[in-house]
Amino acid sequence: MKDDVESREDRTAGLKGLGCARRRVEDLRFTQGKGNYVDDIKLPGMLHGDFVRSPYAHARIKSIDASAALALDGVVAVLTAEDLAPLGLHWMPTLAGDKQMVLADGKVLFQGQEVAFVVARDRYVAADAVELVEVEYEDLPVITDPFESLKSDVVLREDLEPGADGAHGPRKHHNHIFTWEVGDKETTEQVLEEAEVVAEEMVYYHRTHPCPLETCGAVASMDKVNGKLTIYGTFQAPHAVRTVVSLLSGIEEHNIRVISPDIGGGFGNKVGVYPGYVCSVVASIVTGKPVKWVEDRMENLMSTAFARDYWMQGKIAATREGKITGLWCHTTADHGGFDACADPTKFPAGFMNICTGSYDIPVAYLAVDGVYTNKAPGGVSYRCSFRVTEAIYFIERMIEVLAIKLNVDAAELRRINFIRKDQFPYQSALGWEYDSGDYHTAWDKALAAVDYKGLREEQAQRVEDFKAGKTRKLMGVGLTFFTEIVGAGPVKNCDILGLGMFDSCEIRIHPTGSAIARLGTISQGQGHATTFAQILASEIGLPADSITIEEGDTDTAPYGLGTYGSRSTPVAGAATAMAGRKIRAKAQMIAAYLLEVHDDDVEFDIDRFVVKGAPERFKTMKEIAFAAYNQAIPGIEPGLEAVSYYDPPNMTYPFGAYVCVMDIDVDTGVPEIRRFYALDDCGTRINPMIIEGQVHGGLTEALAVALGQEIAYDDLGNVKTGTLMDFFLPTAWETPNYETDHTVTPSPHHPIGAKGVGESPHVGGVPCFSNAVNDAFRAFGLTHTQMPHDHWRIWKTANRLGLHG
Amino acid sequence: MIPAPFEYYRPREMAAVLALLAEHGDEARVMAGGHSLIPMMKLRMAEVPHLIDLQDVEGLSGITVSGGEIRLGAMVTQAEIIDSKELAQAAPILREAALQIADPQVRAMGTVGGNVANGDPGNDMPGLMQCLGARFTLVGPEGEREVAARDFYEAAYMTERDDDEVLTAVAFAVPEGGYAYEKQKRKIGDYATAAAAVQIRREGASCAAASIAMTNLSDTPVWSEAAAEALVGTELGPEAIEAAVTAMLAEIDPSEDNRGPVEFKRHAAVVILRRAIARAWSRA
Repeated sequence: MKDDVESREDRTAGLKGLGCARRRVEDLRFTQGKGNYVDDIKLPGMLHGDFVRSPYAHARIKSIDASAALALDGVVAVLTAEDLAPLGLHWMPTLAGDKQMVLADGKVLFQGQEVAFVVARDRYVAADAVELVEVEYEDLPVITDPFESLKSDVVLREDLEPGADGAHGPRKHHNHIFTWEVGDKETTEQVLEEAEVVAEEMVYYHRTHPCPLETCGAVASMDKVNGKLTIYGTFQAPHAVRTVVSLLSGIEEHNIRVISPDIGGGFGNKVGVYPGYVCSVVASIVTGKPVKWVEDRMENLMSTAFARDYWMQGKIAATREGKITGLWCHTTADHGGFDACADPTKFPAGFMNICTGSYDIPVAYLAVDGVYTNKAPGGVSYRCSFRVTEAIYFIERMIEVLAIKLNVDAAELRRINFIRKDQFPYQSALGWEYDSGDYHTAWDKALAAVDYKGLREEQAQRVEDFKAGKTRKLMGVGLTFFTEIVGAGPVKNCDILGLGMFDSCEIRIHPTGSAIARLGTISQGQGHATTFAQILASEIGLPADSITIEEGDTDTAPYGLGTYGSRSTPVAGAATAMAGRKIRAKAQMIAAYLLEVHDDDVEFDIDRFVVKGAPERFKTMKEIAFAAYNQAIPGIEPGLEAVSYYDPPNMTYPFGAYVCVMDIDVDTGVPEIRRFYALDDCGTRINPMIIEGQVHGGLTEALAVALGQEIAYDDLGNVKTGTLMDFFLPTAWETPNYETDHTVTPSPHHPIGAKGVGESPHVGGVPCFSNAVNDAFRAFGLTHTQMPHDHWRIWKTANRLGLHG
Repeated sequence: MIPAPFEYYRPREMAAVLALLAEHGDEARVMAGGHSLIPMMKLRMAEVPHLIDLQDVEGLSGITVSGGEIRLGAMVTQAEIIDSKELAQAAPILREAALQIADPQVRAMGTVGGNVANGDPGNDMPGLMQCLGARFTLVGPEGEREVAARDFYEAAYMTERDDDEVLTAVAFAVPEGGYAYEKQKRKIGDYATAAAAVQIRREGASCAAASIAMTNLSDTPVWSEAAAEALVGTELGPEAIEAAVTAMLAEIDPSEDNRGPVEFKRHAAVVILRRAIARAWSRA
């Protein structure tokens, strides 16, 4: 037999399991244009929907006249809030416990808000009809600033009962949403009072948008004969959508099938429920025909969920030697017209309380006030776990501000404050238990790799040259050490709309030794079909190439909470390993029977069970699979299948050390990234090639956010960045070269020790790019300048510091 | 992003184009590469009930260099400009500028005629053509006429071209001396924050002739005769350059947009022009 001569190394390599840089199985279809996205779905008789949207940021709706639109040949219906009201669907609940208008109910609260839904024979007629719907508006005063909003007499949300509590407790003002407090306020304030040194800064993390390449869309199809509703959509959490649709519509859940086909990027933008989804469902129910709605780029940028928009007022206390003694943060969170933030229910500001970062800070206090303004709703986690980018940007700016205040090196300041390896599992002052880490090792490796000392010497020389008029370019060294909190999460504290955030995997081994595994998650480009097969290959000893991974169809996949917040590997990846172990346990019994020994006398070895002490006696997993279906084994059911629902005992805490070297032209404000080094520790590494791809992608989105990507409004609430001309989406041309590196500190509680990586580079990348810009001007007296660091803002900083002569 | 309904025409002869323009008046527009017009139609900011595609019309293509004169048919694409060896030799500033327009996909479709005729202050070719002293050929019901690029632009999207005329070619004398097209932009595909086209002819140690035009710093391209004159006869010392920059600043009128406030744009214009002059001089 071939197996007899194959070495253990060859057998391991043949599986393409954990650690293999296996090529992505998805790419064959994506690179050939054979993907199947929502807009590729065409059903017989399908109608098309399009929205009439508000040009105003705040206005009362006096009247809507759809008669001209309805008279246009090919227009089937025009839905308004009045039509949805009898079904109770003119408003919908948000993930944050607020409610949001599906179609404008008497007023609009942001530019681009959905006012009416036109349904027509084709996409073109629908667009023409949108122009024909006449809406009479009466403008109302517009508020785009959250601080002003909290002082304003203008009531944005007239639907909310004055003085009544919101979903997260008392509201202090009619435009206030919630206050969320964590930590020890009294002690923190006392520490600040008594501290030797206190550094203070207002750190603003501007409003931006995840901007996936594929915009949001849905195709709803109500089959009135068998009572089944099928919804294809850009859903990062298809099972949760099914449950929510059932609760909202009253249609029994078994009669609803939600399918997420191929998804062209999500980055948090596709977690929430949008009016377009609801309207296409209602329109299909009303017309009895399938209805497609796909938004265009401008609609995506203007109306679907934004990210960030946090004003973070910080105070950090330390000894003169630089040991941090306390951290205080008050955040004013601009949520726009509705609180449609996508966070676990008990966390209205997500995991913002990870803001103590990678540092051993004995006491801390965080308060977050959510505020309504006349901007689009949202507040999603754009390539990060819930609000972790905000938290890490905050602490990584504050530590730099403290370094300036203390006049010390920022790398050394980090080092003396890191949580030490022997402190893990570490209880943070704001309530988290960090699972594992070795920060000092990672930091030393990173600083050595970039010759940190050499960089600082070069920078000092540059400052001298600049002062001597020899150069007009300054040099910045951006540092970041981040700790992410991902893998939501333990059902005891993480749920969304009451749905516990476990995840799942169901495996069927076929008689010939191949398999299909289905999961409750859904890939949007992460490469699940590649990596989950690798986890299984190592667990069950069948080649990854013989394992199909399927996600996204609620009629076939086991229930799960979907893909966002880097939760797929920590939660569904764990479920996959656990389900694989159930397969292996049964396989062990079958092998023992076939080898005529006791169960305990066989052991698993790569792709087979061998008799202990007699390695020549074995049954391969392939043979065992065949036997499972074709041999009557006493006491063992036929078949080889398993399902696992995994409720993680804790989050995982990936971390990393990043260094960015940047040259800045002070005359044009143009930054040039000379070098970017990224060390990531995501625990056990499943596929190094996919990790590298994730790091490159996350860093590029970080570059975008730090250097110019924003959703900006004028004073009237008009979106100034509604197209890709003004909204910065980097191409290969703007993207620098990245050097990637790693250390491996497995998670102690995850079945295979993996932690998740997709969002780390974004979380760590944004502060690293921003710190480089800030650092370039440190020698000239700059403490902090706000993002985004586009040309004119960098120029303004240089100008303010008197560098233009 | 769905345009209003429109009729699409694809004539083969200029006479047919002119007939369509005569028939439909300002309800008709001609289209070259379409990279400005089609987005405007999709945004429903431009309504064009009759769209006349020029791509099959004879006589609008080709790059010719002869007798000290360069002629570009209106339908010559940016990609063709970049790929033309003849042009790279005769007027390298065109290639340098074209490489800074949009991205390869857009350049494969975008044409010189469309770029200069549309009157968008963000387009790079109008300023470049003013720098080169180009002439635009316009064909209309009355026949053919030539208009100097320096006289062509009236305001944003407003030009000397009448609604019933078609811009068919761009011609200019083979430029002499050093050149530079310097452009600051936020990202690929962006219009200029500030851009400068400079041609300088050197005789001995001093500047014999110069031409300077600025892009996206006013509602039309700005050909600054005074800035160029400040250089002529000098050895381009700091004072001459300062005088050129000051003259240029007196003629631009940038407005605030997402690229930055006016103050920044004026500063960027100075920096960009200084760099363009330095590079052109180094090549002269």
